[in-house]
Amino acid sequence: MPLDPSTLEQLQTTVRRFVRERLVPLEAQVAREDRIPAEVVQEMRELGLFGLTVPEAYGGLGLNTEEECKVVMELGWTSPAFRSVIGTNNGIGSQGLVMDGTDAQKEYWLPRMASGEVIGSFALTEPDAGSDAGSVRTRADRQGDGFVINGRKRYITNAPHAQLFTVFARTDQDAPGSRGVSAFLVPADSKGLSLGKPDKKMGQQGAHVCDVVFEDVFVPADALLGGEAALHKGFLTAMKTLDRGRLHISALAVGCAQRLIEEATRYAAERQQFGQAIGEFQLVQAMLADSATEAYAAQTMVLDAARRRDEGTDNEALASRSKLFATEMVGRVADRAVQIFGGAGYMEEYGIERFYRDVRLFRLYEGTSQIQQLIIAKALLKNIK
Amino acid sequence: MKVLVAIKRVIDYNVKVRVKADNSDVDLTNVKMAVNPFCEIAIEEAVRLKESGQATEVVAVAVGPSQCQEQLRTALALGADRAILVETEGFPQPLSVAKLLKGVYDQEQPGLVIFGKQSIDADNNQTGQMFAALAGLGQGTFASKVEIAGDTVNVTREVDGGLQTVALKAPAVVTTDLRLNEPRYASLPNIMKAKKKPLDTLTPEALGVEVKATIETLRVEPPAERQGGIKVDSVEALVDKLKNEAKVI
Repeated sequence: MPLDPSTLEQLQTTVRRFVRERLVPLEAQVAREDRIPAEVVQEMRELGLFGLTVPEAYGGLGLNTEEECKVVMELGWTSPAFRSVIGTNNGIGSQGLVMDGTDAQKEYWLPRMASGEVIGSFALTEPDAGSDAGSVRTRADRQGDGFVINGRKRYITNAPHAQLFTVFARTDQDAPGSRGVSAFLVPADSKGLSLGKPDKKMGQQGAHVCDVVFEDVFVPADALLGGEAALHKGFLTAMKTLDRGRLHISALAVGCAQRLIEEATRYAAERQQFGQAIGEFQLVQAMLADSATEAYAAQTMVLDAARRRDEGTDNEALASRSKLFATEMVGRVADRAVQIFGGAGYMEEYGIERFYRDVRLFRLYEGTSQIQQLIIAKALLKNIK
Repeated sequence: MKVLVAIKRVIDYNVKVRVKADNSDVDLTNVKMAVNPFCEIAIEEAVRLKESGQATEVVAVAVGPSQCQEQLRTALALGADRAILVETEGFPQPLSVAKLLKGVYDQEQPGLVIFGKQSIDADNNQTGQMFAALAGLGQGTFASKVEIAGDTVNVTREVDGGLQTVALKAPAVVTTDLRLNEPRYASLPNIMKAKKKPLDTLTPEALGVEVKATIETLRVEPPAERQGGIKVDSVEALVDKLKNEAKVI
């Protein structure tokens, strides 16, 4: 059930305050140390941020997509690394369970994820299966009363912190492409599961990614996400999960854009050149105006797509359209912000170059811009036929 | 011990305040409102007293228009057990607020009443004191520490010369200063649960109080714009200007 407007407003206000008073002052430190202080993660747990999208019955807030997007826009105001801590539990790490898990699986895992006791991680990508996610080679073979998993997963967000992996592995070795893939709930402490070294990334320091390796990892039959009925149907779960995640990322991009626009506007109003504030110059004004207009377009688009998703009236790949537009938009906004700051924008001290690097990832993960284009076009063509 | 916490709805401290064009008041149209920061400290203190077992119930009360329910919901989300709104047209002046709160006090019979020391809008710093006088209770204002020992409330006060500790016989009044505590953020699940906590509404008539204005606002003006500074050539010139132009030494 949707929240009443004043309760939602209070949620947003509380997150806004937490972000601006607690997280923003830590941005440079987190980037420098590549670590989010443990006490901040604990505060995020106490605030309830890990359970935004987990249903109320399992201890979460049960926000619908539109409400989630509004809260995530607030989180977008600060370094995306902070959002990443809670990102998987609200998105790809938990939504597979929420949508397709058995009652027993939900009852066991979701309350732990909502409280932040357990961090969930989504293990789909492999060295040779990125955009072509259907080509996963990690395999799960039946053995006794369970499965044995072997393979390697790559660029797995939050893997170094996760207690639970949703792992996509091929259960039917003869089925081509995405058919024959199943999803498994694999605890991080399973025998034979190991982690690679954390990857060194272009941005988002403080958020961690690494390989996850499975060597004869045995899981009982009840680790199959959705139970026996869901055997070989894991790819559908992955796609549904990613669809909601796309709106989450879109909202995040909008939040980042709003922050960059405010920073750039403030700078333009203060920075003096040729005897006046650079914001008085029309060429600078044009950049600010373009950024503000595009950010508004993306914000409107994300919220509309989210509403349509909640109503169940989206059959036009609106989440993909939102992600395509919002993430490309924030790339342009970040670029203009660097331009308005000039030399200062290129310097670490001002934090603008950090955002410029951080937002670059949005166009890559949970489906690249090009994959979104394919999904959008496919939906258009399907609706014509 | 039951604790009553008085809270006020004020303009959010992050908002840049603007004056109405006719200089009659501050412009509150479409402005974000929040719980007065000193009142947040008061709520936090009451909730901590409850968490440590020293208080049994925390009741939040506000005086003002129906929109004050938003701030009472915040108090409930922060841990108050129930809330009371004394609904009035606009915000009454301090003496009326104190009289209305005295009416609530008589009904509720709390052992401790906590106020913020002042609100950041009018900065009167008098409602708590007026209330204590009307109710005939001991008061510990500008508190930086509050301890309950049986029937006694020990309050450390921030005074000009340092710290003063007073022992008040309960029921008593405390007004909070900035260093008393650091208020928590309401957790998101508690914000949602706050909807289900009781919030009652009372009227001045029901409390037998006539709301009167005893102060007339003649004019509201924004502070003067800061003038650009100048550089002086020598210490002598500086001293001269401080003495003869600024007249501060």
